[in-house]
Amino acid sequence: MSSVRVLVGTKKGAFICTSDGARRNWKIDGPHFGGWEIYHVKGSPVDPNRLYASQSSSWFGQVIQRSDDGGTTWAPVGNEFGYASMPGTHQWYDGTPHPWEFKRVWHFEPSLTDRDTVLAGVEDAALFKSTDGGTTWSEVAGLREHASGKDWMPGAGGMCLHTILLDPTNPNRMFVAISAAGSFRTDDGGTTWKPINKGLISNFMPVPDAEVGHCVHRIAFHPSRPATLFMQKHWDVMRSDDAGDNWREVSGALPSDFGFPIAVHAHEPETIYVVPIKSDSEHYVPDGKLRVYRSRKGGEDWEALTNGLPQQDCYVNVLREAMAIDTLDDCGIYFGTTGGQVYVSPDSGDNWSAIGEHFPAVLSVEVQTLA
Amino acid sequence: MIRVVLPYHLRNLARVGAEVEVEVEGAEHATTQAVLDALEARYPVLRGTIRDHHTKERRAFLRFFACGEDISFEPPDAVLPAAVAAGDEPFLVVGAIAGG
Repeated sequence: MSSVRVLVGTKKGAFICTSDGARRNWKIDGPHFGGWEIYHVKGSPVDPNRLYASQSSSWFGQVIQRSDDGGTTWAPVGNEFGYASMPGTHQWYDGTPHPWEFKRVWHFEPSLTDRDTVLAGVEDAALFKSTDGGTTWSEVAGLREHASGKDWMPGAGGMCLHTILLDPTNPNRMFVAISAAGSFRTDDGGTTWKPINKGLISNFMPVPDAEVGHCVHRIAFHPSRPATLFMQKHWDVMRSDDAGDNWREVSGALPSDFGFPIAVHAHEPETIYVVPIKSDSEHYVPDGKLRVYRSRKGGEDWEALTNGLPQQDCYVNVLREAMAIDTLDDCGIYFGTTGGQVYVSPDSGDNWSAIGEHFPAVLSVEVQTLA
Repeated sequence: MIRVVLPYHLRNLARVGAEVEVEVEGAEHATTQAVLDALEARYPVLRGTIRDHHTKERRAFLRFFACGEDISFEPPDAVLPAAVAAGDEPFLVVGAIAGG
């Protein structure tokens, strides 16, 4: 029988939650790396027992942990992330030039074809690659060296490369998203990159439709349609049907179009999920109600999903990395909150239950569907 | 042998107790740099957690102490007190208590 393994990164350690395909009863293992911020835990699609974890703290910096047994045991691997060339400067919050400085790994994207190859998105924004299971890392320098790099600026959480999408139909194409530079695409395996932000409007910028500078929170696609991208931006839910060359807004009548995560149903490429929060100044759900919104039309028309979620006195947020899906026939949707709750819906969002409600603040959620 | 006291999280990371011992060549003239070099050679997982990989500068939320004195701002090649070199006193890596 199929089972699922949920990889939860929190502000105080990682947790691994497992269940069978019913997704009703859960075994929770952890905390691994107790006391450390775990920004992301993700498994290889080639070997689901191969996991990578980003373990960091303000005191001790970055450690990368790797498991080869599905998270039962871990061992540290390489943690040296050196920029390939003189880093130069990007914009600081006050618009002054600020030197690029490595701070942490925000996101792992294991290769679709090789268990030992993995990409890492880091802060200050750059892309790194390992081909030896994380032992050594080298920068995919073409991105940071893009001519617009000096104009990139940090969001409140830091200037981070937080999303990496690998096109399963084209090994030379991938997408990344950076707060607050925007989205970028490569069509030559990372040698050269193109900003793909046309159609984004960000009123906090002096030039609202500038080529770069947008605070893209998350992008997602369905693997069967890698040219159709969905985006949750700092305000606005967006959609592109041409691999990011052009974007249009699909926020519709959401109670707020501000939020962080966005996810696509495993089997319905036009079904997408967001978790609106009140505003850029109020990072909690509107009206005290924890509501996931689903569109079955790729945006514009949305329905609130609330069964099993708290509908009063709830003031949590869901961060960009903290929503995921499984690929069971009845697609499961998962998310974790800043209040320490992790929820699952085993039926595409119609009903929800808590895997756990007392974790530390959740930074990331990933799900592995195991045969 | 030079004794080194590590903060809680680094003990766990390196899977050692509160105090470890490292061998430093020419110990009688041991410096902070030499002690940390030896520590990182013996426990490679600690590389980058006390000093920046590239600049070798002390991480901002950590301090170094010896014989009751904060030596964090001494040059890394300054000779440590004789008591540390002799193993009578430890070299301490101390994390800031700030944060939650």
